[in-house]
Amino acid sequence: MSSIVERIPVYEPPKSLSDVSSHYCPGCTHGATHRIVAEVMDELGLTDKAVGIASVGCSVLAYNYFECDMQQAAHGRAPAVATGVKRVRPELVVWTYQGDGDLASIGTNEVIHAALRGEKITVIFINNAIYGMTGGQAAPTTLIGQKTATTPFGRDKSWSGSPIHLSEMLALQEGAAFIARTSTHNPAHLGRTRAAIKRAFQTQLEGKGFSLVEILSTCPTNWGMTPVEALKWVEEQMVPVYPLGIFKDWQADGARSPAAAGAAAKSAKPAEGGK
Amino acid sequence: MSVVVMERVVFREDRCKGCEVCIAVCPQKIIALDSRINKLGYRSAAVKDQEACTSCGLCARVCPDAVISVYRPARPAKPAPAGEGRKAS
Repeated sequence: MSSIVERIPVYEPPKSLSDVSSHYCPGCTHGATHRIVAEVMDELGLTDKAVGIASVGCSVLAYNYFECDMQQAAHGRAPAVATGVKRVRPELVVWTYQGDGDLASIGTNEVIHAALRGEKITVIFINNAIYGMTGGQAAPTTLIGQKTATTPFGRDKSWSGSPIHLSEMLALQEGAAFIARTSTHNPAHLGRTRAAIKRAFQTQLEGKGFSLVEILSTCPTNWGMTPVEALKWVEEQMVPVYPLGIFKDWQADGARSPAAAGAAAKSAKPAEGGK
Repeated sequence: MSVVVMERVVFREDRCKGCEVCIAVCPQKIIALDSRINKLGYRSAAVKDQEACTSCGLCARVCPDAVISVYRPARPAKPAPAGEGRKAS
């Protein structure tokens, strides 16, 4: 008698993620976030009815990495393009993928007005506190004291102001239905990120209004760190400045404290991928 | 009786960029960079000791390049343990 041990997948790459190598630097959390978005699309069966809007920045080539339809927008204008797509084809699930240089700087106006109008789109906002593609200049999200190419002595509050807290700002708007901030610095937080992205897509599927997930991410290349050091830096430096949590949730009727939000995200345990 | 040795972790080594994030999260500490250079020009991460892997899947969940797939062996149907405190439903 011979026994063949049958193996069951615990984790396999999602089907909505294209089978190609990405252009991202080693250890960049863009890759992990792409994978999580694709996992959620797999789980909710959105691959054939989703339209992603790529931004300008490192994620400009995001259209190469997803199996759903994609469109590339001008710098910062992804929410405007998404508005157009969603209004013409309301049955589609429309999402944008934007970095902090795109969304929190040149595109701040676009995203705020998309939220004010309560556009039924989902925004994935990558906050890594720096401009990545252009060579590590200071972004509106750069932390006080953080050294970048344009703040070689550290960001000075009296000279260039304070980091922008976009999630808190958008959560005040009536049109926003789901606003959360999560992180990518360890597997547990990646699980919470997945739960938040799923909730954001569900918000759109139920037609409740604007949804945004801000994701604290790394830029090992421009921070001048190894990928593992960069993840530690997110945990130690970024999380205290950008508190994690769900700031607005149409289901919970108002904002929750970050601690309660963390507990809620924990209970919404991410399902195992690769089904 | 022949036993087929099962690979619990499969690395698509030509995709790996050697960022070492999986090495940092592995609770069993069995992932290491390979000595070979892959076609992207990086030393790929690899698991030498498949037997020691517990199929926890943490490496796959942190990998930025979707390099890793994780499997576990199917559990054979267990006979009901006699006299143990499991309640019959």
